Amino acid sequence: MWEFTSPRTIVMGEGALEYLRDVEAKRALIVTDKVMHDLGFVSKVSSYLEQAGVEVEVFDEVEPEPSIETVVRGGELAKRYCPDLIVGLGGGSCMDAAKAIWVLYERPDLSVEEISPLVKLGLRKKAKLICIPTTSGTGSEATWAVVITDAEERRKMELASREVVADVAILDPELPSSMPPKLVADTGLDALTHAIEAYVSQWRNDFSDALAIKAIQIVFEYLPRSYRDPSDGVAKEKMHNAATMAGLAFSNSQIGVAHAMGHALGALFKIPHGRSVAVFLPYSIEYNSSEALDRYAEIARAIGVDARDSEEAVSKLVEAVYGLLREVEEPCAVKEMGIDRSSYEQRLEDLVERAMQSTATIANPRVPGVEDYRKLFLYAYDGKRIDF
Amino acid sequence: MHWKNIFGDELMEKYKFPSEEWIKAFKEELNKNKAYEEAAKDWEGDFLFIITPDEGLDKEVVFYVDLWHGKCRDAYVVPSRDAKKTEFIYEGSYSNWKKLIKGELDPIQALLMRKFKLKGSMAKVMRYTKAASELVKTASKVPTEFM
Repeated sequence: MWEFTSPRTIVMGEGALEYLRDVEAKRALIVTDKVMHDLGFVSKVSSYLEQAGVEVEVFDEVEPEPSIETVVRGGELAKRYCPDLIVGLGGGSCMDAAKAIWVLYERPDLSVEEISPLVKLGLRKKAKLICIPTTSGTGSEATWAVVITDAEERRKMELASREVVADVAILDPELPSSMPPKLVADTGLDALTHAIEAYVSQWRNDFSDALAIKAIQIVFEYLPRSYRDPSDGVAKEKMHNAATMAGLAFSNSQIGVAHAMGHALGALFKIPHGRSVAVFLPYSIEYNSSEALDRYAEIARAIGVDARDSEEAVSKLVEAVYGLLREVEEPCAVKEMGIDRSSYEQRLEDLVERAMQSTATIANPRVPGVEDYRKLFLYAYDGKRIDF
Repeated sequence: MHWKNIFGDELMEKYKFPSEEWIKAFKEELNKNKAYEEAAKDWEGDFLFIITPDEGLDKEVVFYVDLWHGKCRDAYVVPSRDAKKTEFIYEGSYSNWKKLIKGELDPIQALLMRKFKLKGSMAKVMRYTKAASELVKTASKVPTEFM
């Protein structure tokens, strides 16, 4: 027995944002950041909501990797304003913050840390949630994950509840078209990592498999196009859809060791999320392949790899991932990220401890212990092929 | 424990699950598991493992298991769920415990599927997923005879 949870409605394609014109609500709280203001997205969303007769309030204080303090402030505003609709507008940070603010608004008796799959939240008594991603990677618009940073401990809290999945996700390809190429690459590789890890997860299922494999195919085909040509509307739209599909896939199976390591690296060295997880992707494939060889081989074949056997297919998949990383000018090893070896080694034990404590490896095909993590971090620093 | 049959073949003693003998054997096996010791080196927290009746089990059985810094300090049957106050309670039916021990059910996924219930901080448990996986692997190493 397993459950597949997704937004009730996913609105996609050109003009998707116009869905807001027909929304039924009285008061909406838009949770977003300053960049969304500058890009004009907040006024566009507000304008559509106002056409639907909805009064709008904006909380635009969400920072990258939102902190507990930020979502508590947003929760306080929600309690004063009493919205019946919350709109998460932006990248993963804004949407995750919107989910957490929504919980604090509906359940003032709970703290952020208490968002858990085992706690009955009883949401939707006061408001519904619409998520509108403006980047194509996090998948937060479709997932039950909420990543909030405990700034004091410099730790990313990986929270989750099926109840926080948005009621509606709006995928308007116009929104991500303003992303600079570096962000296109970072977020697109995040989506690829979600999809590949979902496909090999021990909690995978037929539904997550279908979404993961399609998302992987789209990323390999369209990410280079989207990266090279900001005006390539087809590539932008495909990548926007792939990110949500990958989100649905991992949300209903699981992420894996590349995320456990990426979260640790990102928190300690301030590396953008997508880049920090993607750099570990090829190493995680090699590491996991002893337990998930055929699954990776299936991925390889799905992207057109021709191979005599599974070993060769997986080896070619790893090469294809490196190839994609190079094509979108992303690092293939940690040493290429501007992190010097001595400071990396100084923090190695901290990296290992954080990765060990990550929930990301719950369903990874091979669960690393301390020694394996040490080696994985060091091999990934040097760009060495995994041989253990 | 091993002994030989009349043909001289070495046989392994099987422990009935759930029983005092089984939980003692589990404790012994866990304290030999280096991967668990490493993964749970900072863990502090005791459990009640509650096996509720179904299939061949007609009466609730409760194990007390004290896990401390990578070791199992104590493990024994307690007369009831109220006999001991612990930081965590992990509770499921006999048939689901059987699946767990046989490796047919993932301990965390089982919680999400509501096949098991956890009382205590889920967040704390989730930081020790490798340890949880080693606990289950250890249970499956105990030669077990089910009802």
